[in-house]
This record gives sequence, structure tokens and C-alpha cells, in this order.
Amino acid sequence: MSHSVLKSPLGWLAGNPIWGFIALIFIFFSFANPYFFALQNFQNILVQTSTIGVIALGMTLVMINGNIDLSVGAVVALAASLCVDIQGWSLFADWGNWAILPGVVAALLAGTALGALNGLIVWKTGVDAFIVTLGAMLGVRGLVFVYTKEQSFFAMNFSFSDFGSSSIGPIPTLAALFLICTAIVHFVLSRTVHGRNTYAVGGNRSAAVNAGIRVGPHMMINFMIVGFLAALAGVTLSSQMGAATPNLGTNYELWVITSVVLGGTKLKGGAGTITGTLGGVLAIGILRNGMNLMQVPAFYVLVILGSILIAVLLLDKQLNRKGKEELRL
Amino acid sequence: MSASHIPQPDTPALRLEGIVKTFPGVRALDDVGFDVRAGEVHALLGENGAGKSTLMKVLAGMYEPDEGSIYIEGEAVTMRSPLEAKARGVVLIHQELSLAEEMSVAENIYLGELPRKSLGRVDWKTLHSNAQAILDRLKCGFDSKRQVGTLSIANQQMVEIARALTVEAKVVVFDEPTASLTDAEKVVLFDIINDLKARGAGIVYISHRMDEIFTLADRISVLRDGGYRGTLIKSETNEDEVIQLMIGRALDLTRRRAAAKTGKVALQVEGLSCGKLFEDVSFELREGEVLGFYGLVGAGRTEIAETLFGLRKPSAGRILIDGTEVEISSPADAIKKGISLVPESRKEQGLVLGMNCRDNITLPQVGDLTKGPFVSDGAEIAIFDRYYEALKIKTPSWRQAVGNLSGGNQQKIVIGKWLAMNPRILIVDEPTRGIDVGSKSEIHDLIRTLAGEGYAVIVISSEMPEVMHVSDRIVAMFHGRIMRSFTTEEVTEDNLVAAISGIETDKVA
Repeated sequence: MSHSVLKSPLGWLAGNPIWGFIALIFIFFSFANPYFFALQNFQNILVQTSTIGVIALGMTLVMINGNIDLSVGAVVALAASLCVDIQGWSLFADWGNWAILPGVVAALLAGTALGALNGLIVWKTGVDAFIVTLGAMLGVRGLVFVYTKEQSFFAMNFSFSDFGSSSIGPIPTLAALFLICTAIVHFVLSRTVHGRNTYAVGGNRSAAVNAGIRVGPHMMINFMIVGFLAALAGVTLSSQMGAATPNLGTNYELWVITSVVLGGTKLKGGAGTITGTLGGVLAIGILRNGMNLMQVPAFYVLVILGSILIAVLLLDKQLNRKGKEELRL
Repeated sequence: MSASHIPQPDTPALRLEGIVKTFPGVRALDDVGFDVRAGEVHALLGENGAGKSTLMKVLAGMYEPDEGSIYIEGEAVTMRSPLEAKARGVVLIHQELSLAEEMSVAENIYLGELPRKSLGRVDWKTLHSNAQAILDRLKCGFDSKRQVGTLSIANQQMVEIARALTVEAKVVVFDEPTASLTDAEKVVLFDIINDLKARGAGIVYISHRMDEIFTLADRISVLRDGGYRGTLIKSETNEDEVIQLMIGRALDLTRRRAAAKTGKVALQVEGLSCGKLFEDVSFELREGEVLGFYGLVGAGRTEIAETLFGLRKPSAGRILIDGTEVEISSPADAIKKGISLVPESRKEQGLVLGMNCRDNITLPQVGDLTKGPFVSDGAEIAIFDRYYEALKIKTPSWRQAVGNLSGGNQQKIVIGKWLAMNPRILIVDEPTRGIDVGSKSEIHDLIRTLAGEGYAVIVISSEMPEVMHVSDRIVAMFHGRIMRSFTTEEVTEDNLVAAISGIETDKVA
């Protein structure tokens, strides 16, 4: 919990071992590869991580709440397709650069609406979020193929694709967007009533109900947030590529969940932080980037990432076992 | 109470010597040593946090002690797992049930040691006949093929005990075995304990309940702050001496008698029913009054509380607050109408254990403590401080996770949480379950003080001394119905027991 341990830097590190890990790999790659320690490479890492990162912020809320959303990858594809397709409609032909707006709005609305639907089903039926969003993952992906007729869309407006590669000063726009979202979600989670109740519902649902907290709406809001952020990721991704393909975002849910869990959020809910998730996202970004620069073959990168995930969680368990009378199992 | 002659073989069934177990920052056990003879019931007492549970886990092979030795029948042993401990003849009957609810009774009894045939197949025939034999010995009225989840809590406890009897146990440890049992079920349990004793097992019996200890035990050992404080022989001591040893001071257990000044009727319930859970329940509750609900587990007391708190929908009847009929649709609604419920199980229903003390106390009202879009830290800390002082909650800081507090302090957090909501009607379900003697009387005093301040309080309890000590009036329930209501002048242990057993039927409204 963010509120329970917050004293010495060392204590903080024990609660967030991922940042220690980041420092370690950062130093390692800085010495191991001459191209790693460079402003442009850091910009690269931030842009590369921003897509998964934005979704991971929302996923953190949903997972602390005791749920999960597997449909985010499909939502990315849907949002990207909607965004690129709609801005090309002849209806908006003489809107100039403003034609981008309806595409973006439609994409974000679709993502939020799908999140609301997921949340509503979980709330009203009591079916496990894993199952509900597994269904949504398959169903939405199907919708994308129906909608796109298995075709890719290309953005005709170059302003749209320029946005994806633009910068604000030294900071790439997409990276800035990600960091702003991170700050907002951090404050929502740690400082607002909704954030507090998110922890309470995930930590002990019946205690939350007994405290008069309306569990359902909180879950639904979090699903809407993750849906919105997944759609936003779809928009930025299509902007980066200047196109949308129906297969976009495949396996993203796995990368997102990996980052969130790496950042210390508990699968069963009740605990987790945005600073942790940011760490998880950056750790994966740095590892992929660093190994890429060292020309480690892509399949080995996956093997290494998988092993590191397990190793870091093991370390986390060791660090956080102390002080508690945990049973040996 | 047949302790006139205790068999005294040369080597005790169990001997502990200089057991030390430390956790970072805590010396949970500090040089603990005593012995348990074969054929003896040895009570182990101590306040919550005194080290009893840690000691039991050491005995059951769940923890390895840092220092010290364990001897079983004179032989030094090290036990690295519960199965190993069991193989040595040491079995622990857990306070909290640890059963696989989806599996059968027999599978649970032999969990981890199912009888096998060739190719690793389960020998179902042997399994069920062995299991049934144990159930018969315990006089259990259910079949070994029954799914555990469908049994009552008391019967699940029996399964837990049956599990311990698959080996010829040399040492049997009971950890708060009666916490969820009714008086009738306790009698059965005590028979079983006496039977084990007669077969020559050494029994370690952990309980907070003095009456049980003085009924069952031959000797009583006391732990305090992780240290061993001495062993008393039951026939040569009394409750006061034991309590003094436990808490390091004397305790006032005299019954409260001062008549309460009650005000106007706060809550009226007329003919309230909820399916078959409870039927035709009527009572009224005044300001400044403590109304006790006493009855066996399953008599419908908790369900009434849950209905008043909006967790269940009544099938018939009326609820009136200040003479106005109300419908309570949800806990949020109940809170708005001034009703608060301190639930039966604080860990499952009352607290978010991973959350800190302050956030738990402000949980129901955090929505009102905002400054702009954010929760106001200052307002929250102010509320925490108020109840930290008023209820004398022992915690190093508000940042402490509630899960790390003792049972008594956890309960104070739950009570503080509800007092902070300024309720008029406070329902407390099993206020002192699993809480040590010292904190118990603090909680009782607290309930009386609250009534004195004008709260209308309902106390639901399975402990007769508690309900008699704390209540102004007592409602006795049996099978979902109110059998009788007593004033403190009328009530005696005898007529109360009669009423909750369904013997006395002349209902007094």
C-alpha cells in the first residue's frame, strides 16, 4: 500500500523493488552498449513504452479493484481503425486538419463505452471479470475484422502521422502524453475518494459493502478508464504508424498485465501503485531497448523477459515476507 | 472435572525447552518451556499477541524455532512440516477452519494421506470406511461422503477434529476450539477431549474462556509478551490468579447493575420476517439502552442485524425509526438513517486488512472528507486521532496496516469506524469474538459508555456472561423466533438457557 510504508528511501525501495531493478539494468546497459546512454535513445524508450504504459495505468486501477481486463488489445485495434477510417470519410473532406477530431472522439468514445459495458456486465451479473473480458477480447477483435473487412486503413492526413513523431522541446509528444496521464491517474488513485474506494473494494469487498460503498459503480468507472486509455493508446499508435491494421494490439493485454504485475500490483487486488506500474513499464521498455541494441535475437528477448518477470516477483515476495508471520508452504 | 488423580508417568508426552522464535523486530517467543503429561489437559493462556499461536505453529511444524528443543515422549525431535509433526503424533486443531469445502468429509479427513491402491489410485473403500469409523467415534451425525461445504460451522469443526484422529495422537493441540460452537456442541467437544485424555494423549488447550479452562484443564500455563510466566495447578488456583498472571494486574469482573437511563424509542421492529431465517420478530429499542440478543448459532440473530442494516430484504414486517416506518435498501441507506453494524467477523466483513488504520476508520465517510477533488489528509487524521484517543487503540502510527494489529485493537478500529459516522443505533455482532480477556472488558465498558451517551445499542452474543454483563434487556432466540425477552432483574442463567433451547415458550413482548 502506498500509505503504509513511506519512510526511509530504503524502505520505499523494499516496497517498490522494481525501481532498484531499473537502476541495475540502466547501469548495465549504459556500460554494455555505447548507443544506450543517449538522449535520443531515452526518447525512443519513452515513445516505445508509452502505448503499453498508457493502458497499464488503467489496468492498475482495474486490478487493484480485484478485476482484470483482457480486452484492451482488441480495443486498441478497434480505436485505431475507427480513428483512421473516420477521419478519411468524405463527410469531413473539407474540414482540413479538424477532420482528425471526429475520428479521435469516436475512438475514445468507443473504448469508454466498451469499458462501461464490461463493467456493467461484471457488476450486474457477478460473472468473473476474467471471463467477461475474455469474451470481450474475442468479440471486439471479431468486430474489428467485420468493420475493416480485414483491410488496413491508411491516414491520408499527414498532420495526423506527424503528431506521432512530434516533440515538445526535447520530450516527444507521445511520451509527454503518457507522463501527463501517469500523473493524473496517480492522483486519482492515491488522493481521491474513488481511488481509496478502489483499494477498499479490492482489499475486502464485503467490508466495503458494509461500509456503504457502492462497489459496482467504482468497478464500472475503472473499466471505463482502462477502456478510454486503451482507445487512447490505439489513437497514438495509429498516429505513429500513420495507419491501422486489424491485428494491431495483439497480445497487448499480456504485456500490460506483465508490466502492472512487475510494478507490484497484486493479482487478487487491494494493493498496487501507479509509481510501481510506471516502473514496470519502464523496466520492460529498457530491457527490450537494451537487448535490441545489443542485437539479442528477438526470441531470446522473450525468454529473458519471461524469466525476469518471475525472478522479480520472487524477489518481491522475499523482500515483503519479512516482518510478517508468513507460513512456509 | 475428574482431575482427582492425574497419571504421572516419568516422561511427559511433550516437553518444551527454551523455545525462542523471533521475527524481524519481534521476539515472538522468548525462552518458553513447560511440559504436558500424557493423559492431561494442559491449558495454555495468554492475551492476544502473547505468543500462543506462534508456539502452536512451532509445535505443528509450521515454524522452526530459532533456539530450544522439543521432546516427544522424551525423544528430541525436529519437525519441518505439519505432516512430519503428525507422523510424530503431534496434531493441531486449528482455530480457523482450513478445509477444502468442495471435497468430501472423508477426503478432508485424510487430506495429504489418502489411502492408495496400485498406480496411485485412491482406495475409496478404505478411505470411507476409515473416515466413517472416526466420525462414529466422534458421534457425528453426518456421512463421510458429504461435501464439507454443506456442513454447518460446528460440524466442519468436527471434521477438523476428525482429521487429527487419523493417527494415534500423543499430543493434541486445540486452538480456541469453541469459538464458533454452541453450548450443546461444546459438551460434545468436551466429551471428545476427555476421551482423548483417557486414551493417554496429552492435550494442549488454548482458550480465552475461563469457564472452559476451569472445567477441562488439569494444569494451566500462562504466556505473556512471548515469555513463559508459570504453570498453575487447576485445583490450587482460581480465575483471579490466572488472570493476574496473564495480564499482570487484577480485573474487575463484577456484574454491572446500575439501571440505565433510557430515552425515547429509537427503533421499533414489528413482525419482521425473512423467509425461514427468522419469523415474526418484534422488539423495540430505546436510546441509552443495550439490548442483548442471545441464542444458539443459527438462531437468526445475525440475520436480523443484516436485515436492519439493509443487507437482506425482509419478506414481511415493518421497521420504524423514531416512529416512522422506513425501508432500508442497502448499507449505504442504513448508514444514512443512522444505523451502523459492527459485523460478526471483523476480518472478513469489517476491515480491509492491507489498508492502514486511518483509512479503515474513515472508510464509510471518506466521500465527505474531500477538499476539491482530493481526500483531505488533515480531516482524516483528525478523525483517526479522535478515536485513537477515545478508544485507546494501540498502534505505533495510523500508517500501520490493520492486519498487523491484535484482535482487540482491530475490533476497536471497526467500532471507531462506526462511531465516526455518528450513528444513533449501533448493532454489535459478537463484540469480543477471539479477543483476549483484558481487551474484552475494555470493549464491554465501551459498549456501556456508548449507551450512557445515548446511543441505542444492540449486542448479539453467543457468550452468556457477556450478554448478561452488558445488556439492559435480553432477547432470547430459538430457531428464528424470539422466545422471550428478559429484564436484567428477571434473567438467570437457567431461564436463559431454557429459552434459547426452545423449552420455555411463554413469549413476553
